[in-house]
Amino acid sequence: MPNTDAMAEAHDPLVFEHRLKQQAALEQRRDAVMRIVRQTVTFTVFLALLVGLYTGYKAFGQSIDDAQHDWAVIGSVLPRTDDLNMPPVSEIFGQFGETPGGQDQIYARILFGEALFTLREAFAGFLVGLVIGMVIALALAQWRRLEQGLLPYVVASQTVPLIAIAPIIVIWGRKNFDVFPWEWQDWMSVSVIATYLTFFPVAVNGLRGLQSPRPENQELMASYAATWWQALWRLRLPASLPYLFAALKIAATASIVGAIVGEISAGVEGGLGRRILREAFNYTTGPDRLFASVLGAAVLGIFVFLVVTGVERLVVGRHGGGAAT
Amino acid sequence: MNAIDVRGVAKVFNPGRSNQVEALSGIDLSVESGEFITLIGPSGCGKSTLLRLIASLLSPSAGSVQVNAKPAEQARLDRDYGMAFQTAGLFDWRTVAKNIELPLELMGWSKGDRRRRSAEMLDLVKLGEFAKHHPSELSGGMQQRVAIARALAFSPSLLLMDEPFGALDEMTREHMQDELLRIWGETGTTVVFVTHSIPEAVYLSTRVVVMSPRPGRIAAIINADLGDRTAATRDDTAFFKKVTEVRVALRDVEG
Repeated sequence: MPNTDAMAEAHDPLVFEHRLKQQAALEQRRDAVMRIVRQTVTFTVFLALLVGLYTGYKAFGQSIDDAQHDWAVIGSVLPRTDDLNMPPVSEIFGQFGETPGGQDQIYARILFGEALFTLREAFAGFLVGLVIGMVIALALAQWRRLEQGLLPYVVASQTVPLIAIAPIIVIWGRKNFDVFPWEWQDWMSVSVIATYLTFFPVAVNGLRGLQSPRPENQELMASYAATWWQALWRLRLPASLPYLFAALKIAATASIVGAIVGEISAGVEGGLGRRILREAFNYTTGPDRLFASVLGAAVLGIFVFLVVTGVERLVVGRHGGGAAT
Repeated sequence: MNAIDVRGVAKVFNPGRSNQVEALSGIDLSVESGEFITLIGPSGCGKSTLLRLIASLLSPSAGSVQVNAKPAEQARLDRDYGMAFQTAGLFDWRTVAKNIELPLELMGWSKGDRRRRSAEMLDLVKLGEFAKHHPSELSGGMQQRVAIARALAFSPSLLLMDEPFGALDEMTREHMQDELLRIWGETGTTVVFVTHSIPEAVYLSTRVVVMSPRPGRIAAIINADLGDRTAATRDDTAFFKKVTEVRVALRDVEG
């Protein structure tokens, strides 16, 4: 009889409390679905607003231009609204479907191929940066004195202008990196630049995450006479995951930025960075193509961010959202 | 054989520095097997420090700590004791059962043995149906019961508890005290229990160790020989007398 079961349970305050908690968990899951719906709607509305603002401003400026009015703000503070400065949205998006002269593929397909090339550079750099960042985080967590000594250099490394070191890395790659068993290619130098941007957030947040378990949790592991590896594997690494994924989201998008800037300043062919540079040169004859290629880069950045978010949901899940309780 | 022998123990934190603190001085304490000992005293009396010396999470500045007739550190390496803290300290990325299996994993138990033992322990703390839940889905009292199950999972002869019920509300707390006494009766484990609460100390223990601060010393040891605890014990005159006795001893150390 379910009724008597329920009555028996009601006598145990702990079980009763648990039922309440279960109810709350169910509601939480429903809230999560609602959140995704809300986010999608918000994103779409925001995108529409942005397009509307762009188009509206352009139409406004051109109506003034057409009437030969002199409007001091436009053209000095705000951009001019002619098609060279602000190509119509329809033409920017229309560009994706066009086949550029001398090509046999539509522009979107070309951008996609180049995005894959940039993604490969960025991903290789991201993985190496992840490993280097974690090694640094582990070392800093292990030896506190190292933290005081090394951390300033880790921070300082990020203030060196990327555009300055990119060509150096490419030249080193061509002339010096003979130690590797494979032939060094220019895109690998771009990966090194992506690594340079990704290891930093991983190291800083990884360190925070590894230090996040409470003293009591560490004492618990000590009371079990756990080895350093056991404590790392069963306590500190899992506890660091939420911190780590926050860093990986930054690192993933930074690796794309690093790859694009690296391509531009190192003159590596085949990726989005090179594409953006070329479209900038050809701006006067096809401004909409530059806008379209920049949009492609933005989509790539959003894509890697979403991938990391998805992996986070798989690995960390609903639980382990934070340190041990 | 005594479960615990503390001889002439002193503990000084940050010796030789400006923030030097004498936490414990001249501590002698023997605990027999199967006893339930509580350490009680005002803040800064070193009761948690004494517990951590017994656990060999700290080492004494002077004197010796023996657990099961061997040095405390050896006892820790042999996993002679289980420990529970003020916070349950469960790992939220593990299920309740997996939390209880944590020490067994570290000790290299086989998967089947771990499963069987965690199921037994969950029955012991009456949480059998919650094996697959995650700690965040449980109430504070249930989490503490899991923590106790985890501490007892590998059948240690000694259970060290640092204010485990301090964060619980009064109702849950009394419920947990009865649970702990039942488990103590069923397992025969020696218990050392740190608390702030006088009624809790009297209700739970065979002996109450009253400590005084600056530096931490043992001021009095009071036998709480009230026989088997029942629901009536909390309203018993003998119980109140003991509570008063401990309170007076504590007032003396504060003054």
